[in-house]
Amino acid sequence: MTAQLGNIALWIGLALALYGVLAAVLGHRRQSGVLLESGYSAVLAHCALVTIALLSLEYALITSDFSIEYVAFNSSENYSIGYKIAGLWGALEGSLLLWAWMQAVLAAQVVLMYRRKHRDFIPYVSAVLMGISAFFLLVLLIPANPFEQHFPVPLEGRGLNPLLEDTSMLIHPLLLYSGYVGFTVPYAFAMAALITGRLTEEWLYITRRWAVTAWVFLTSGIIYGGWWSYHVLGWGGYWAWDPVENASFMPWLVGTAYIHSVMTQEKRGMLKVWNLTLITLTFALVIFGTFLTRSGILNSVHAFTQGAVGYFFLAFLAVILLSTVTLLTYRADQLRTEGTVDSFLSRESAFLFNNLLLITFCFTVFLGTIFPLLAEAIRGVKVSVGEPYFNYVAAPIALGLLFLMGVGPVIPWRGGSWGSLRRNLLGPGIVGLAAGCVTFVFGIRGPWVVATYALAVFVSAIVVQEYYRGIRARRKTAGEGPLQALGQLFIRNRRRYGGFIIHLGVALLAVGIASSSAFQREEEKMLKRGEVLEAGSYQVRFDRLTGSEGPTHVKVHGVFTIFNDNHEVGQMTPALRFYEKRQEPIAEVDYWIGFQEDLYVILGSFDREGGWAVVKVLVNPMVSWIWIGGAVMVLGTLIAMLPSRLLSARSAGEKP
Amino acid sequence: MKKVLIPLSVVPILLLLAYGFWTDPRFVPSPLIEKPAPLFALSLFDGEPLSLDGLRGKVVVVNFWASWCFPACYEEAPVLEGAWRTYKDRDVVVVGVNVQDTEKAAREFMERFQFTFPNGPDPGGKISIDYGVYGIPETFVLDKEGRIAHKHVGAVTADVLSAQIEGLLRRAPVADDNRQEHERGA
Repeated sequence: MTAQLGNIALWIGLALALYGVLAAVLGHRRQSGVLLESGYSAVLAHCALVTIALLSLEYALITSDFSIEYVAFNSSENYSIGYKIAGLWGALEGSLLLWAWMQAVLAAQVVLMYRRKHRDFIPYVSAVLMGISAFFLLVLLIPANPFEQHFPVPLEGRGLNPLLEDTSMLIHPLLLYSGYVGFTVPYAFAMAALITGRLTEEWLYITRRWAVTAWVFLTSGIIYGGWWSYHVLGWGGYWAWDPVENASFMPWLVGTAYIHSVMTQEKRGMLKVWNLTLITLTFALVIFGTFLTRSGILNSVHAFTQGAVGYFFLAFLAVILLSTVTLLTYRADQLRTEGTVDSFLSRESAFLFNNLLLITFCFTVFLGTIFPLLAEAIRGVKVSVGEPYFNYVAAPIALGLLFLMGVGPVIPWRGGSWGSLRRNLLGPGIVGLAAGCVTFVFGIRGPWVVATYALAVFVSAIVVQEYYRGIRARRKTAGEGPLQALGQLFIRNRRRYGGFIIHLGVALLAVGIASSSAFQREEEKMLKRGEVLEAGSYQVRFDRLTGSEGPTHVKVHGVFTIFNDNHEVGQMTPALRFYEKRQEPIAEVDYWIGFQEDLYVILGSFDREGGWAVVKVLVNPMVSWIWIGGAVMVLGTLIAMLPSRLLSARSAGEKP
Repeated sequence: MKKVLIPLSVVPILLLLAYGFWTDPRFVPSPLIEKPAPLFALSLFDGEPLSLDGLRGKVVVVNFWASWCFPACYEEAPVLEGAWRTYKDRDVVVVGVNVQDTEKAAREFMERFQFTFPNGPDPGGKISIDYGVYGIPETFVLDKEGRIAHKHVGAVTADVLSAQIEGLLRRAPVADDNRQEHERGA
């Protein structure tokens, strides 16, 4: 019953999406208000129907309706309500339904917000959005139907992959999908601009907030994924350059280039073709990533089960790339730049270099990701491209970006004089160099690490300097107190000052990444009862094994006493979880997180009688800086995006 | 005309991605093929010792299994026992290496499938690491000179096993200098 309801909702939803495309295009061509309105209504009705489909699947998951194959394979009677709900994005079919639903909600929101305001744009925006939605529903109805039924009905579901049984499962995929889906809105506007030929800055102003919103979701989703991997997967790392991680990182890189580069178009009317290229490329990379994850053409820990879905996504990617590139080529003449780069030392050129580096970064990641495929196609050999390649190429690019992050915001548009450059950069430059020297004196030798520290301090010093100058200026001119002046900075120029905070977050993140990758210590040993393993300043003593039973698994804990410099500091109990329905045990790591370093203990194999256990101990320096940096980036974005109306209303109210 | 050509530049990328459908990223040829098999010694469940070194001159099937590996190990267990019974008089030995298991469960498994070929545990997983075992079950077929001739991932079938064994039995007898070279290498 639920299955039929879901399927019917999807079929009608598909019909409505197709009608939405036709009505919008024809309505705009014939200037028929009635047709356009009916098209918009179709968008809203489409949203309602996909919502019904989504709720049907959720209902089946919550009530453990195992007659639906998806529920039987990805949920369990024993789950708490959270995991039952999260079963929606636990596997291929459900996650695509979630995607389609987010897509439908955004389309509805766009139509409701803008149909009266941008009458020439919205028909095509809504046509593009409905086209994308139609594709997703087609996939849901043919190769990846979440409402497929299963006979005979099993008594109990198979449950999620145990690695997904973590509270992060309730957060990380949602953040990431919101980011991915969010980029479809700017894409749709860009396509509408290309189709209609209305290539003024209109599309850019509308979509700026959408792009930044999508960006912050993608950013937090990626960083949260790192945290998940770090505290659950039990290998002590947060990033492995896995194809699927790369698939999320590539749109992030190009999206980041886009939200910087739009400023050049706003201020100088430059880079029009470039901005359209960037935003369409971001979206294409999102679909490319989805294709990678769901086609099984590359080996990855994240891979979903495979099927015909891959063919559909490849076809869709082909349509997107061909149509976008064709439109861009066709309109290129109309997109001639108004301004030019006047000086090498100007904000424009800093943005250009920033774009260049980000795109280079994206290309190297792309190359590394698909290289195994390329090598096999051309030479017939199996190769794998691992972390060393990516780290090797990423480090210099990332340092270049860090440098530009400091310099860019303090060089004026159109170019500054040497004097102003000196005034803005001398202080932070000296502070950064001093920081580099200090780390060197303290015995840190890796050139990449020292450079990262120096540049991170340089960037932070610039941020502090700009805040200080901003506040001082307001105190002088408006006679405000320091806090009030700070508030006014956010209100009057929230993009700039929010942006500085994001940069500060990136600096923290960079320090965390550099320290943890350069100075990680790892020890592994088989310990008999009472034996001790040394790792850094820590001693880890194996005491005993204990067991416990969870709802879906049996857990074996190793009890370890930890000493720091031979002082007892506490106990850690890493565990292995054994699932009845799965073959291999899942490690549950135990960790202490600190500002300076994390201690991370993993239980390997062990003797049933408790005589010995294999333990792996990692000392990971400054990993928490990554999470803090991520939080600061999100905070900065929120400041940059504070709604202007709210702010001006408040500041007006405060004025006497 | 030029304008038509620019969009076509995306075609090679699409073709490359499409090519991915014809490859299997999970199929990775083992670098151990044609290399001398890592030597190991087992203390068998029946108490006897077994050393791979002592099996030189015979075709050896080394199977990595565990009682918790369901269903693949359960599927292939009768196949291994069958191969052992068919070939044991023709200079073929099947050796079971029990991985990450408890003795009790392993013995139950062996009883269930009435194993008569030599089986022993791999404490600490050392042997599986030497053989680069990635997932259980995996089966290695060694030729008479002690080189790994074939690696099978997943449940092995009777067809594969007998084809491999027959092929190696038909090979020319051991050349002496070959063996010496191997011994120096090992």
